[in-house]
Amino acid sequence: MSWFRFFRRSRADEELREEMDAYLAEETAENIARGMTPGEARRRAKIKLGNPSSVRETLWRQNTVSLVDTVGRDLKYAARTLRRSPGFSLIAIAVMALCIGATTSLFTVVRSVLLRPLPFRDPGRLVMLYEHFRDARSNGEGFNYNAVAPADYYDWRAQTHGFEDMAAGRGAGFSLTGEHGELPESVNASGGTWNFFSVLGVQPVFGRTFVESEDRPDGSAVLLTWNLFERRFAGDASIVGRQIHLDGKPYTVVGVLPQGFTYPDAKVQLWVPYQSGLPPELLNHHDYHFSLVVARLRPDVSLASALSQVSAVQYRLHLENLNAPVAEDVAPRTINDDLARNVKKPLLLLMCAVGCMLLIGCLNVANLLVARGAARQKEVAIRGALGAQRLTLIRAQLMESLLICLAGGGSGVLLSLAATKWMTSAWKELPSAAGIQVDGVVLGFACVLVLLTALLAGLLPAISSTGKAVYASLQASSRTASGSLSRATLRKTLLTVEIAVTVVLLIGAGLLLRSFARLRGTDVGCVTDNVLTLFLGLPAQKYGTPEKANAFDETLLEKLRAMPGVRAVALGYVLPGEGNGGDDVFNIREHPPLKPGAPLPDALIRSADPGYFSALQIPLLSGRFFTGDDRADRGRKAIVSNRLARQYFPGEDPLGKTIHVPAHNDADYEIVGVVADTLWQVGKPTEPTMYFPILEGSLNYGQALAVRTDSDPLAMSVPVQKQIAALDPELSVSDVQTMQQAIGDSLGNARFSATLVFAFAVLSLVLASVGLYGVLSYLMTQRTTELGVRMALGAQRDQVLRLMLFDGLRPAIVGLALGSAASAGITQLIVSMLYDTEPLDPAVFVAVNVTLLMVAILACMIPAWRASRLDPMKALRAE
Amino acid sequence: MPRGSQSDGEMLKGTLDMMILRTLVMGDAHGHTIAKVIERTSEDVLEVEQGSLYPALHRLEDRGWVSSHWGTSENNRKAKFYRLTAAGRKQLVLETSRWRQMARAIGLVMGEEATADGGAQ
Repeated sequence: MSWFRFFRRSRADEELREEMDAYLAEETAENIARGMTPGEARRRAKIKLGNPSSVRETLWRQNTVSLVDTVGRDLKYAARTLRRSPGFSLIAIAVMALCIGATTSLFTVVRSVLLRPLPFRDPGRLVMLYEHFRDARSNGEGFNYNAVAPADYYDWRAQTHGFEDMAAGRGAGFSLTGEHGELPESVNASGGTWNFFSVLGVQPVFGRTFVESEDRPDGSAVLLTWNLFERRFAGDASIVGRQIHLDGKPYTVVGVLPQGFTYPDAKVQLWVPYQSGLPPELLNHHDYHFSLVVARLRPDVSLASALSQVSAVQYRLHLENLNAPVAEDVAPRTINDDLARNVKKPLLLLMCAVGCMLLIGCLNVANLLVARGAARQKEVAIRGALGAQRLTLIRAQLMESLLICLAGGGSGVLLSLAATKWMTSAWKELPSAAGIQVDGVVLGFACVLVLLTALLAGLLPAISSTGKAVYASLQASSRTASGSLSRATLRKTLLTVEIAVTVVLLIGAGLLLRSFARLRGTDVGCVTDNVLTLFLGLPAQKYGTPEKANAFDETLLEKLRAMPGVRAVALGYVLPGEGNGGDDVFNIREHPPLKPGAPLPDALIRSADPGYFSALQIPLLSGRFFTGDDRADRGRKAIVSNRLARQYFPGEDPLGKTIHVPAHNDADYEIVGVVADTLWQVGKPTEPTMYFPILEGSLNYGQALAVRTDSDPLAMSVPVQKQIAALDPELSVSDVQTMQQAIGDSLGNARFSATLVFAFAVLSLVLASVGLYGVLSYLMTQRTTELGVRMALGAQRDQVLRLMLFDGLRPAIVGLALGSAASAGITQLIVSMLYDTEPLDPAVFVAVNVTLLMVAILACMIPAWRASRLDPMKALRAE
Repeated sequence: MPRGSQSDGEMLKGTLDMMILRTLVMGDAHGHTIAKVIERTSEDVLEVEQGSLYPALHRLEDRGWVSSHWGTSENNRKAKFYRLTAAGRKQLVLETSRWRQMARAIGLVMGEEATADGGAQ
């Protein structure tokens, strides 16, 4: 026996046939020569040859690998069975395709985002370091990781030895132009210390990374990411050494980063040295938190001891700067967790949800298979009686679920390719540093999944339908085999589990949806309808002085306000609902000095033009708005939010008080107005906020423009951009969208998890109701005779209906109760993902229970009604 | 077991292979000739059943002791010819000597003179 012969046994058989034909011919010829008649000669020759089929069978068996052959035969048989009932097969395959597809694409994302090491050298030894404040407010929202101040980073690096090296990075943004006035492009950028890439262990493709002498405030080196290099510079390596212009300033391209390097996200297009473009005095600040620090552990030092050194330095810094927001401790986080911080929970939740759906899918296919097992009971019994071993019978039946799962898995993987693509493009919060795609490991996962689901879905029905009880069906007197009763119980149990899992999924989805609806419905505190927002970066080169910037701002506002269709225009720094934007500490001149170490008053910083509040319809509570006169040289004025007023001026009138903001021009500001609160992000608590006049010209990181229009704001986007271009054609405009879009984007995680879990839950509900319907129909056919007898003896139709209905509803109700009880525990796990929604929200629980009960009644009604319409005569003759 | 092997002329297991190899020493032959030669040489005591001849031929080919090729028979018919390979020749020598020992041993037990006629039971 050999594999070679196994695969060409048909040809061997053909040859053998010819060989035997030749034998027959020879023998016949010989017999004729002996003097027999041709007919007799042939007959004798055939007798001599014996049974040719038997010879062929012997040889065939001799050439056969028996296990492969039997499995192959089982497979062929299963395929034929499936083909005979295409409806069942298609439903089962579609169910498995959906379940396996969804699971595979979620696994793809989870693996890329949470599990796969980043494309850095020895990424397991990289750790992100953050400042960690001890006070209750910082820890209240799980907000334990604070960006690092530059001076802290430099002290950590200089004074500790536990880490091999430490590097810092920060965000930046530029308007990119070429040497010859090409189209400006607004690009996201990052600043990295000169050792940043050596700490990560990333080598440039062309050129080099930064050197220490370039990492200075006037440093003008730039590294291109592969994306920008390919896109804007056509992959021409001669760009290295040439100059590009960032915000009008020339920078020399020193290198190109490799293709896979999309850290911290794919939006970052280029890197400049960390210090480049920063005011030199900023580097000495311990309270200006804007950097990410990544450190590489030394192989011989544990994280705990390396960390304790840094913490000790940080605590000393805290004591030295008691009047500034300098954290007490240092907190570490792995680089993968750091990137996935916002999506880890939703991803794990989705993974659980999809796992539930997969389980339901398996149970459903198992349920369908049990029903089919009933139809094949006689066949199984006969095969068993003829000597087939139980294992052989189980194997034969498993083939069917294996085929279903293989077909489902194959189409599921194709489905997951599309689903993964959609997810990565639609879910903006997903970090893409490692690249998200289906690869070998994912395919391996899918294969394992297929085998597992095949086992899960097939084993139970196969075992149950091959037990001893099946032989009872061979007994002539047995009308309804006893085996079918136990099988009905099995199906009911499967169904109960299926419904219980569905309830858990539905309740989870309901809670998330309710929470999302609450988030959507949140009042940000300003008008959001018909508002176009966009972002302007004024290059410091051109608009470096307040006069220049003010001139531009005032002309822009004037021109925009004069446009037809524009109701109002607001210009400021970070609009409500669009992010944190940074905060500063302050102290109140009129209040006694704080005790050293006490938490410092702290507020978000915003700037606003005189028409800002009325344009965004943020109500004034007391005092006045800014006027065109509120400029740096005419006494500094500030407006505070209601929250700030209540928190830091309890029982006082904040108007006329003076706040001193060290980080903001180190100046005193007189409070001239109190406005209503706005949210900096939907779903987050309001923070105290202070507004400074934009005409003061100090918050020059960039300007957010909001244009309130008469009708569709997006229709105004081109005219507005044309106005801007008319003022300064080199100015780059970015993030053009409506305010509702901008706010909606910030809810991406909530929206994603709510909609996906809901989709999974609905699918599960459909599956469960199909299962319910199937079980009851099956029960009805099983009990046809019994029902016939009952009716012949006088049972009324409505009694039969009730009987069948309750029989079907029992597993549903038990499942509901179990599922609700389980949900009560399980929903505690998603508390942190819920906004303004209780995990035991009665409305959701009631709604889910009612929905499921309705669906269950509907699914049971049809077979129950059919049972009640039975003609007793026909029913009794049925067998 | 194939039914064809339950006849009077049933051969001791393993001897058929040896006899086929022996027949092929005289030159290439197809199935019919092989059977014929064995029958004639044994003075029609041994009857070669096709049910065992062809599986045996395949087995021998599988082990590399014979090779096969299609050719034309003496009567101008298409037939599959078998040829003894070098390995087959070695095997034949081995089996012949083993057979001689065995036949002699059986002869001794049966109280006969050592002869090599242990073909039939």
